Amino acid sequence: MDTSDESLAKAAAGGDAVAFSTLLERRYDQLFALCFRLTGSRAEAEDLTQDICAALPAKISRFRGESRFMTWLYRVAVNAAHDRRRRQSTRSRAAEGWGDWEKSRQAEMSETAAQVDWLTAAMRSLPEQLRDTLALVLDEVTHAQAAEILDVSEGTISWRMSEAKKHLRRMREEEEQV
Amino acid sequence: MTDDLDTLDELKSAMHAATPAPDPARRAQDLALAQKNFADLQGSTSESRLTSERPKTGLRRGLGKMIDVLSSRAGLTATTALIAVTFVTLGPGSDLLQLPRPSLPGLTGSTPELAVAPKDVEMSAGEIADQLAKTESARNRGVTYLAEEEAPLAQAAPAPSAEIATTAQLRSVEPSALSRMQQPAAGLAAPSEDRIAVPEANTEAYANEDPNPVQVTAENPVSTFSIDVDTASYALARNSIQRGVLPHTDAVRIEEMINYFNYGYFAPDGDMPFSVSTGVMQTPWNPGTQLVHIGIQGELPAMANRPPLNLVFLIDTSGSMQDPDKLPLLKQSFTLMLSQLRPEDQVAIVTYAGSAGQVLEPTPASDRKTILAALNRLEAGGSTAGQAGLQQAYDVAQGMSEEGEVSRVILATDGDFNVGLSDPQALKDYIADKRETGTYLSVLGFGRGNLDDATMQALAQNGNGQAAYIDTLSEAQKVLVDQLSGALFAIAEDVKIQVEFNPATVAEYRLIGYETRALRREDFNNDKVDAGEIGAGTSVTAIYEVTPVGSDARLTDPLRYSAVATEGGSDELGFLRLRYKEPGESTSQLIEAPITADLPPMEGTGWAAAMAGFGQLLRDDSYLGDWGWDQAIALANANRGADPYGYRAEAVQVMRLAQSLAAR
Repeated sequence: MDTSDESLAKAAAGGDAVAFSTLLERRYDQLFALCFRLTGSRAEAEDLTQDICAALPAKISRFRGESRFMTWLYRVAVNAAHDRRRRQSTRSRAAEGWGDWEKSRQAEMSETAAQVDWLTAAMRSLPEQLRDTLALVLDEVTHAQAAEILDVSEGTISWRMSEAKKHLRRMREEEEQV
Repeated sequence: MTDDLDTLDELKSAMHAATPAPDPARRAQDLALAQKNFADLQGSTSESRLTSERPKTGLRRGLGKMIDVLSSRAGLTATTALIAVTFVTLGPGSDLLQLPRPSLPGLTGSTPELAVAPKDVEMSAGEIADQLAKTESARNRGVTYLAEEEAPLAQAAPAPSAEIATTAQLRSVEPSALSRMQQPAAGLAAPSEDRIAVPEANTEAYANEDPNPVQVTAENPVSTFSIDVDTASYALARNSIQRGVLPHTDAVRIEEMINYFNYGYFAPDGDMPFSVSTGVMQTPWNPGTQLVHIGIQGELPAMANRPPLNLVFLIDTSGSMQDPDKLPLLKQSFTLMLSQLRPEDQVAIVTYAGSAGQVLEPTPASDRKTILAALNRLEAGGSTAGQAGLQQAYDVAQGMSEEGEVSRVILATDGDFNVGLSDPQALKDYIADKRETGTYLSVLGFGRGNLDDATMQALAQNGNGQAAYIDTLSEAQKVLVDQLSGALFAIAEDVKIQVEFNPATVAEYRLIGYETRALRREDFNNDKVDAGEIGAGTSVTAIYEVTPVGSDARLTDPLRYSAVATEGGSDELGFLRLRYKEPGESTSQLIEAPITADLPPMEGTGWAAAMAGFGQLLRDDSYLGDWGWDQAIALANANRGADPYGYRAEAVQVMRLAQSLAAR
């Protein structure tokens, strides 16, 4: 029996409930991890994952197998994250998750937290576009896939990654000066 | 270039370490939700409809393993979780009211060693526990994990659709279990259990301003502020301390720490809806200064003929509300409150960010069964539709209200204010606009980690309501039962206080707290400027620390060339002016009273001073000198008074705990 992501997804698109639940069970953890990387907060990631799960059945009926399922799923996730951000951006707690660097910096003291701090600081220093790109690339997504997910050219991804690296290098230098 | 790669690699491993594993209960819920939506979409109701029954394999085993690995932390959180669960099981009932506050055993009381794990737990991971004790958000999460695992046992029977899983479903579980096992988190040194222990960023936001500075009377003799009847700051600080973490300094609003307690100032007489009294006492922390104490006591109108109430509960049901200290506690709290309502009162429920819209039509409070059923049906989850929840709540309230009735929207949330109006200013304006039509808004905060204290304050202030934080059933009892009339019936509105100090007698003064309530001097006489409300039976306290002319304690030198202070033939310390409006009126009335140096200390001054000291120790102790925790606790202990509900005894415990935390 062919149980690749793509064949399950196509079966799900055709109305096969078992295929759908098998597929989602299989990929849920990765989906959640990406949601966390996109949002930077567990609570946000949980709500985002839930949104995606709720909307997925309607979306998967349009899956045509033109791309790999994970690429497709990540695109759904990135779009959902954008929607959510847009809804929140004007609310007063817009600065949260990766944005809420200062608060977490004050709150965390331990060594593990220092690592998280650095991560949070690094993510925060990046503009949103670069942040999303980085979230994908750090998730072992190739540049080509990232380009497909974000609907930009592969060159754009490479450019964004070099921008991100530049940002991080600058940050590292500032750190060392301190 | 290698530098870049290193940085990227470092980022990658940090990212892996920071990414938490999904919560098993959330996971199961999300999957069930997706499956249900899938089935709905296919229009099939046959066996393809899956249940919310979680697969028995894999998840539980994983949890057991987590407990083994994170022994001490798990021990700590397990106790909490069990308490939280007990809480859920009990259900409404009068004997529930006697329940002690649930707290972390070993964390409350005088035990200074916060990180000590329960005895029956191995101590190998003691360091981790110590670290975690400092990180409340991490613990918070831990609680969620375990509590949710237990929760189904405590809840009522599962949904009727929980049929026996078909073979097909069982099969569907297997590949995933397999794939989880075959997926050793790519390139990751730490096993997944370790990932859970990484604290996540705390996303709470607090409303505060810099502490009020000392003012030189000759330069700036007038101090103007709006009263504040909120208590959220005290409850939040207490909650933090009982979790083993000192509260964020911005979370401490000293006036709210003082106003949490009722001082029973003498009752108003005559036509006045409230009494104003003043007193002067020696400052406990500075022999060279005095405290000027202003106490306001709202009358308690005969509740027998109070107007009928229309309450609209606007409840956040977004996914993050499912923690035991959020939606379940909220249900319990509202159940308690129902018992205080009269048959002629009406209740409606609107939810947002979830199972959308109105879930209970306006229902007479006498129909408890219907209201409770609707309340118990509420579930955190569903897709986050951008509902115009707030507008709907107000519309419902408007439809309910008739001449002579009181309408109020009560917003309950853990910080997700996605209520349909996305622009904060538009939101404030909208609420202020509705306030003018007579529908007020109160805000109840639940849970920690994401609480948006700043927005809570802003909404309640604009809505003429109270912002309270509810962390336990006891707090719900205090806010929603004991002080319900105060929270729901305003007896005076837009209450502003202005004190003019006399430069001939007072060299310097400082208002303790009320930073977020400061008004401009000219706002005092401007009836268009909004200010705080006094609820029925509530007391409000404000304290100034004043330095008499000639005192050694003076912090600033007198100016050489300034005009000689006007004598005015007065030895008064200052002059108190207070403006208020009768509910619904648009012009204010003025009360004036001199503050003289020979005023005797008022009843309750000692306790208020102890709380002011407590707040300053938590926030900014620069004016306290050598006066520290020991003195504050001694002062509080000496002034506990009758304390019929034990709030003050509890506060002393909290102070002692804070002292231990501060010493670490």
